[in-house]
This record gives sequence, C-alpha cells and structure tokens, in this order.
Amino acid sequence: MKDLAQAVNRPQLVKRGEAALPLDRALLMHIHELMVEARILEERLIRMYRQGHGFFWIGGPGEEAFNVPLGLLMKKGQGLDYDYLHAHYRQSATMLALGEEPIGALRQMKNTATDPYSGGRNFIGHFSKRQWNIVPVSSPIEVHYSMAPGTAIAQKRHGGDGITIVTGGDAGTAEGDFATCLNWSSRPGNELPILIIVTNNKWGISTPASSVQGCKNISDRAKPYNIRSKTIDGNDPIASYRELTEAMAYVRRERKPFLLEAMVSRLYGHSSASGANFVPDEPDCVKLYEAWLEDNGVLSRAQMDEVHAHWTAQIAEAARQVRDEPQPSRESIWEHIFAEKK
Amino acid sequence: MANMAQAIRLALHYAEENLGVTDVFGEDVGPPLGGVFTTTQGLKTAWNTPLDERGIVGAAIGLSLAGQRPVAEIQFCDYLFNAIDLLKLAGGVHWSSNGDWNLPMVLKTPVGSGIRGAIYHSHSFDTTATHLPGWKIVIPSTPLDAYGLMITACQEDNPVMFLEPKALLRLRGEEPIPGEPGDERKLSKMIDAPLGDRSKWKPTWPDLQPYSVPIGKGKVVREGSGVTVVSYGRTQPLCFKAAAALAEDGIDAELIDLRSLWPYDWELIKSSIEKTGRVLFVNEDTEVTNFGEHLIRRTIEELFYHLLAPPRLLAGKFVPGIGLADNLEMASVPQLPDVTEAIRALAREQP
Repeated sequence: MKDLAQAVNRPQLVKRGEAALPLDRALLMHIHELMVEARILEERLIRMYRQGHGFFWIGGPGEEAFNVPLGLLMKKGQGLDYDYLHAHYRQSATMLALGEEPIGALRQMKNTATDPYSGGRNFIGHFSKRQWNIVPVSSPIEVHYSMAPGTAIAQKRHGGDGITIVTGGDAGTAEGDFATCLNWSSRPGNELPILIIVTNNKWGISTPASSVQGCKNISDRAKPYNIRSKTIDGNDPIASYRELTEAMAYVRRERKPFLLEAMVSRLYGHSSASGANFVPDEPDCVKLYEAWLEDNGVLSRAQMDEVHAHWTAQIAEAARQVRDEPQPSRESIWEHIFAEKK
Repeated sequence: MANMAQAIRLALHYAEENLGVTDVFGEDVGPPLGGVFTTTQGLKTAWNTPLDERGIVGAAIGLSLAGQRPVAEIQFCDYLFNAIDLLKLAGGVHWSSNGDWNLPMVLKTPVGSGIRGAIYHSHSFDTTATHLPGWKIVIPSTPLDAYGLMITACQEDNPVMFLEPKALLRLRGEEPIPGEPGDERKLSKMIDAPLGDRSKWKPTWPDLQPYSVPIGKGKVVREGSGVTVVSYGRTQPLCFKAAAALAEDGIDAELIDLRSLWPYDWELIKSSIEKTGRVLFVNEDTEVTNFGEHLIRRTIEELFYHLLAPPRLLAGKFVPGIGLADNLEMASVPQLPDVTEAIRALAREQP
C-alpha cells in the first residue's frame, strides 16, 4: 500500500469532484495511509509501555497531519546535496513518510540490540539515520536549534538545493538556543538555507504556553531578524503540504531562512509520565482528515477501515517479532565511545 | 623560536592547507583581530561569530555532522560553562547513535591563571573536561607540543578539546617548529599581523613540515629516581624549575608532562611511580573532585604496595574564583614556592 504515491502518474478515471481536489487524489490517499500508519504505530508504542515492553513512551500522536507532509517533501539522501533533519522526539510520522519501516520504532521502544537508531541506548522517538541525514535526536528540546545552523553553513557554502530542517516544540522556544538559531540563520550576508519549524501544541509538559509565552505567535519572533515566517494549521495535512512546499521552495531557492509555526494537537499528553491517556478535547487530525476525505469522495469509510485494519495487523505482527529480540549485552556499553579510523 | 600562540597558528595553517580543516571560528577569531591571543591571525578559513558560546559549540557540532572539519574557539574557558550540555551532547553523539555518527571537531579554549585575569578569565577546565566521556582532551605546555597536538587533533574523527594554558601562550620553546625560520623576528614579520590597519595585510607562511604528537602519550621531561611529579599546562614549567632547584639539595625528581588528559598515559605514570614510590600530582584547577584526585585514586588502587609515602595533590584552592589582587591569585593557585615545597616535603616524607 506504500506504492500509492507511485500511482500519481497512472491514468485514472475522473471521479466526482476530482477537478476540485486540492492535491492529487493518489497523494491525498498516500498522506492518509501514512497518517494512519503513524497513529497506529504510536498507539501500539503506548500499549507496549502499558504492557511492560518499554520503560517510557513519548511521541507524536496529534502531529501526523504536519509531520507526514514534511517527510514526503524532504529531499532524502546522505550528504550536503540532501536535506538535514534536526528532529525532535514527536516525529515518527516524518520517518514513516520518508520510507522508514515501523519496526525500527518498536525495537527502540523495546530497547533491543536491534534498535536501528541507538542500539537500545535511547528513548523511543530518538531517531538517527546517517544514510538519510537524520541527525541523532536528543532529549533536550533546545540543543538542536543551536546545532542546525552548522549543517546549514556547510550547505550554504556547498550550493545546490539541499537545506537544513530543524523542528522543535513551542516550549523549547523559551530556551536561548531558539534565539541562537534565529540569529545565526540571519547574519547579514550569511543567511542560511534553513527551515526552522515549531510545532506548537500549546503545552510544555503541564504548563500552558499562554502562561509563559508573551508573544502572540511564535512566528512573530522571526520579524526582528528579517526572517520570513508564517503560522499555519498543522492539523490540516493539505494546508501543511502546501505551506511546506512553499516554504521549502523559498529556502531551497533563495538560500535564506524561514520560520514555520504549525499549530498541532497533543493527543496523548506529554509522555507516559503523565499517563499517555487520550485527550478528547483537542482536534484529532486523523478524524478530521478522514471526514474530509469521505465528504470529498476520495475514500469511503470502508476503504479507510481497510487501511486501519491493514496497519493494525502489520504493526501487531512486527511487535510480536520484536518481543523476543535480545537486549544489548552488558559489555556493549564500551562500544562506540570513540570512532575508529576507517 | 615560535611562541605557543604562533605555534598554534602555524598548526592551524598547516591543517587548513593539508588536513581539510574547513572552519576556524569563534568570537573575534577572524580578521581583523585573529583571536584575543592572536592564535588565529591570518588564517584563510577564520571567521567571526556572534557573541554566543552555545551557538559556537552548536555550529561546530552541526558542521562536523555535515562532514566538515571545524576548529571552534571559546574565547575563555570561563564562558564554556554556558555550553556544558552541548559538550556532553557532542561527547555522546557517536555512542548514543550506536556508532552511526561521529564528530571530527576541535574545540580550543584558553585556560587557567597567570595573566591577572580575575574571576572570569582565570578558570581552569581540565577537571570539567575530564568529566565529559567521548571527548579527547589535550593540554600542551610547550610550543612544539602545541603544534604537534593541534595537528593530531585536526586529524581525529572524534571531538577533541584543546586546552591552551594562557600563561604559556607567549612563552618560547627550546625546540623549533619544523619549517619555522631560525630568527624569531623574521617569523614575527611573516605571520604576526601589524598594528593599525590590517585590511591589506596577508601573512607569509613558512614552509611547514608535518609533525604530530599522539594523543594519549605523556613525556618524561626530567628523569629522576626519588619522587615522581605529574603535571600539565601552566604548572608544568613551574615543576621543571622546582625540580631543577631541588636537585641541588639532592632531591632527584622525575617529571612527567601528561599532555593528554583523556586518554592519558597511565603506563608512563605507573612505571615512574613503581620506580620512585612517591608521586605528586600538580594542576591548578580547584582541588575538590579534581582530575588529580582520580589519578590518586588509581595510584592507590593499583600501586599501593609500591608506595613509600601517600600520593599528594597540589591544586587550586576550592574558592569561587581567582581574585584580581596579586595576593589573591598567588594564594589561590600553585606558584613556584608551593610546588618546590610540595616536592621537597614529599621527597623527605617518612612514615
């Protein structure tokens, strides 16, 4: 079912309302499938935590509508010609949209030796994949805002259209590193090709943003730096896809920064530390999008149910496979402290 | 003979030309100043950053993630405490990604007392640095070692912290940098930026030769049989002077310049202590949970039955800063008389 995106070029019968669809039908379906896959993955991870198959859960249910288009639009590859992603820990949907298999996240949740991102060393959601320029995610929610200008400086010097993408949450923008990122990205004559993203879920663990942030929109903080910026509805995958397309085109072409603030939901709270219970009073992007897809004749309820059933079965099977995989050995703590000359 | 500041500059020039160093950067590191201690004058890849230590360390991490080879400077190590979690993160990138990523970066910063730098220009960083797994840490005490260690650091695939004892940056060595002209006035004319307008100035670099000092290797600066003294950085030449003076009193000290703090040359320390049975560790960082305390712990655990006297540490006093007034600085960090007395007392200590 991952091949749906490739169906874009296939001739299709014009259906009801086709001409009015904001994006290609196959793309709309592909986005839906990835959002569902990501949601089912996150819900499986939460269940693994509850069943004792992991010590801690944190993740991105509620950010799929933004994170899927982000992954789809990234220029994936290794090195300066491709996009670097300095992600935070709510971006499993971005990884899936890039083409990652969900079993990697299950392995990291279970802290197995086979965990492809950290070998059982780090929390769930702490991705790392050098082959695709995904730099290691770390738990402090500000440090990557200071690191990202470094990859962008190298890309500015290199030329081409590869860019640096850094994402964080609204709470993390209170750290000085966010100001570092804005400042280093906009030095006169040295503007950087960097897409600075804030997914704003209006919370820092238990503290409402309204009680600690004085600015109306976080995107307004770009203004004194002469950085272009926008606040968008990150619960709408179509708006997210279009706005990301536009912002990325600007950064790729102009080699200048852009600050994009996406308003999103936090559907299972901050992490397992706060229970990881479903939050019923925030917009659910999967439900909203499914209603839209049905209304616009893109997918029927039955077709969407099939997508859910497919991924529920796939991920349950993957979780069974991971259950018996070994932990890293005790001696392995001494591995990879220093890189050896190749 | 080049002084240490010139030696570092020469090494960085060599590294730009031959070792793929792409960026030498930090506050006032680029033209016109070339660093507050002039260690980066005239370098073709040197540039100035905003006044932002977290940004500097972060950019160094990012540049090395992107396959560049950066050398970042923090103007005084006193301002590196601001970026301590980024240092922890840099040391852990390779480990936490289970070997996927690595950071070929160098972070250089002046350390220690000796220029009447008062509370915020006199800190040491060796104790803090050695609490950061994943970093290699070096601290030269001669211009030639500074040259050789910087050249090695610029070939490393891991983060290297290059601590510059600021009291020694203007001191000249006894061994020439391979390729430097014999006349120090000639060298100065070639590579020191002129006073006044520097906009048209370009250095003339000598034909430098490759030379490297391996990380993890100390050196015996003075052989002796009565007592082992292990030091590094600013206190190293003090130990040398003290040992020379004490020889006249019949005290035969063996002096080791550790040069690398991580990894460090335990074999060299061990073989010396096995010979002398007495050891004094000397540095100027504050004495509580000091790196020298680690060395004492290891000495006791591994060499207890070789010891003729308790291992000793001479280090900085555990006070919040080094005060400006002469008396305050002298009382806070080891000076020549302190070192001399400590060696003498240990050499003569009897049960």
